[in-house]
Amino acid sequence: MPELVAASSEERAAMLETEEDTLKGKYLIFSMDQELYGMEIRYITEIIGIQPITAVPEMPDYVRGITNLRGKIIPVMDARLRFKKEQREYDGRTCIIVIDTTDICIGLIVDSVSEVVKLNDEDIAPPPEVKKSGKKYITGVGKSGGSVKLLLDCHKLLEDDEVEVLSQITAET
Amino acid sequence: MENMLSMEPMLDIFIYESFQNLEQLEKLILESERRGVFHDEAVNEIFRIMHTIKGSSSMMLYTNIASLSHALEDVFQFIRENDHITVDNSKLSDLVLESADFIRTELEKIQTTKQSDAPADELVARAQDFLQELRGESPEKPAKEFVGTESVAVPVEEVPQSASSGQTGVEEQQEITELDEPESSDAQFSLYEGHLFFEENCEMENIRAFYVVNNFTKIGEVVSYYPPDITENSQTADIVRKSGFTLTMKTARSYDLLLEFLQNSPYVERVELTEILPEAAELSAEEPEKPEAIAQSGVAPAEQAAPSANEPTEMRIVHQSMISVDVKKLDMLMDMVGELVIAEAMVTQNPELATLKLNNFYKASRQLRKITGEIQDMVMTIRMVPLAPTFRKMNRVVRDMSHKLNKEVDLILIGENTEVDKNIIEHISDPLMHIVRNSVDHGIEMPDEREAMGKPRKGTVVLEAKNAGGDVIVTIRDDGRGLDKERILDKAASRGLLTKSPEDMTDKEIFNLIFLPGFSTNETITEYSGRGVGMDVAIRNLEEVGGSVTVDSTEGRGMVTTLKIPLTLAIIDGMNIRVGEARYTLPTTSIKETFRAKKQDLIRDPEGMEMIMLRGQCYPIVRLHQIFNVKTDITDFTQGIMLVIEYEGKTWCLFADELIGQYQVVVKALPDYMKNIRRVEGLAGCTLLGDGSISLILNISGLLNL
Repeated sequence: MPELVAASSEERAAMLETEEDTLKGKYLIFSMDQELYGMEIRYITEIIGIQPITAVPEMPDYVRGITNLRGKIIPVMDARLRFKKEQREYDGRTCIIVIDTTDICIGLIVDSVSEVVKLNDEDIAPPPEVKKSGKKYITGVGKSGGSVKLLLDCHKLLEDDEVEVLSQITAET
Repeated sequence: MENMLSMEPMLDIFIYESFQNLEQLEKLILESERRGVFHDEAVNEIFRIMHTIKGSSSMMLYTNIASLSHALEDVFQFIRENDHITVDNSKLSDLVLESADFIRTELEKIQTTKQSDAPADELVARAQDFLQELRGESPEKPAKEFVGTESVAVPVEEVPQSASSGQTGVEEQQEITELDEPESSDAQFSLYEGHLFFEENCEMENIRAFYVVNNFTKIGEVVSYYPPDITENSQTADIVRKSGFTLTMKTARSYDLLLEFLQNSPYVERVELTEILPEAAELSAEEPEKPEAIAQSGVAPAEQAAPSANEPTEMRIVHQSMISVDVKKLDMLMDMVGELVIAEAMVTQNPELATLKLNNFYKASRQLRKITGEIQDMVMTIRMVPLAPTFRKMNRVVRDMSHKLNKEVDLILIGENTEVDKNIIEHISDPLMHIVRNSVDHGIEMPDEREAMGKPRKGTVVLEAKNAGGDVIVTIRDDGRGLDKERILDKAASRGLLTKSPEDMTDKEIFNLIFLPGFSTNETITEYSGRGVGMDVAIRNLEEVGGSVTVDSTEGRGMVTTLKIPLTLAIIDGMNIRVGEARYTLPTTSIKETFRAKKQDLIRDPEGMEMIMLRGQCYPIVRLHQIFNVKTDITDFTQGIMLVIEYEGKTWCLFADELIGQYQVVVKALPDYMKNIRRVEGLAGCTLLGDGSISLILNISGLLNL
């Protein structure tokens, strides 16, 4: 009995590994203003065009509201506003990247999506030193095909501000 | 791996049945204690429950539970054999209740970790001491001495073996038969011997056989099987593979049914089934079926106060007409019905059809709507469960507390068969427990104090549930000392919880201060309450499902806490309204009327508060577009629509652009990500409309506080 269990769990681990392998090192590249950003594709479930968004009151401005993704209601965040850039009218190239981490499913609005690239470890440079107070959304800088891509930390993007908001609330009370 | 999976359902059944049995056990004990005497039926029933738990736990190899239930079984066996001995009732109740708690904790552990490791030695020893004491009191009746000595001598380690090895199992059962009530007649049970062969190469035949044995307990009773040590000895797999597995069993089911059952068991290839003649069958007998029947009666909505122990035939009818279903499946079913309701609206209210004249289509769609409505109602009823088990839990709370605090308290339950949605039950059990504890701890005075005040020595706590429209009202009433306004105010002031000056506060507002976080009036912290935490958390729990709580009190006469809980969460009758581009939905039940305002009725006070005069009454106006910061062209009251909202005795007007219509909507929660950022007080959730767009559901009580 125990051997069986062990064998199958190993097998599963192996399967997971191969799945991980095919996704590893691959980044979805999207653009905002002149910059290119990259996000690990294992967090991304799909890319959809812009669709109607229902605003929810009392949310920070970068949370645009909620949208109906085939019967599932997901929140939508505007990446421009998240990075404190100027807002821009949505157009035909505007996309919503649907991100699914283990506990959060969210849409990220970006100017446009360009490609999926594979970056090897040697293509990725560590992020430039930032001020202590600066939030570290960037995990590294990828170089390939003659351009520079800022690689985003998906978890930071979704989690960091909660702390900020919470501390704000406690400060208020 | 395979057999690990197949153990799962067995474990589930074991846990489920044991919980049901424990609940029944607790009920019996508390009832008996109230009457001050253990009736024969109660003793028999407790004995039977202990026997069942012992059997199933030793089968699942949980020796600690098995040995404890065995010890208690002995105690009750002794009591039922010796009718006239005097038993120390409260000691016995304590012993059994503590044991029940122990088993419950262990079961919970098993549920989460599949492990049960706490030793039961102390309780076992107490049970044995108790038995010795009883024996000492009735030396003239050494009835069936061998039973007692045998069972006391059984060391913990041996229990599982004695139950899972066929030989000893039979002996033990025979022994019980001799002592058993004459009512459990064997006439309707037949004895069968089955010879099972498993499929070639299915591996682990012993475990497959064990699975069959365990499954069979659902429809009958396993008398013995060969090889007897299939669970411990993996070598038996070979024996089973070569010469088959022999199973002797007893059941009331027909030969054909039994054959079908065995043949349909997993991996069984061939079955030879023979009936053993009744004369031979008389050798071994015991009440079968009971665990199932009890489990079922626990679920049955119309539960009798004390189901008597000996009605095998009647119980079996109940058993066949009820099934237990995994709550997850019900949740899924309800989600799907929710989708169905949306999909139905998408089809029948499709904007593309709006201009067409489709008589037949509308006839058919009306029919469709009717049926979806009925399905929805049916799903709702399936999910409804009576409050009774939750209420009865309070019996135990009150009993334990009054013992500990030396108070005398009676708990009266009214309307315990009122039904609410399964999800909601989970949310109200905590607040209820807190409030009842508070009543007993802070409310009810000590007996002497009560007497001095001219009240009966015994305090009373009344728990009442009743339906009121779309809500269930649960009231907790006690005749204790009531709330002390001065002390509440002092306390609130010292904790900095007051938001306005005490003179401006109504009694109700003062009383409701006790629900604020960090509030507790009792200076001394007791085991049960007074830490000042919990109550507000419990109330928050309740508010999460759309419930509310209010308190009223008369000093010296007691207090009344009222919980208002919605019947169901999932689907509400909603009115859709539009503000700018946004759509909102609010429960139809909260809307009193809607109208268009006339200029001459509008009033504006010097502070800028807007009000409206309606039939001589003046109501404040809340602009929805203002509180939610929505852009709209309609800001003039005469252009839009007024909705008169009534909530908890307050009436006010909500101003929106226009009404869209009344629909059944499926309530969905806002995404977790948003809840983490901030709790939006004014919103209860969101819903999908027929055209696929999203409407936000307003939370009336939250809006009031904005």
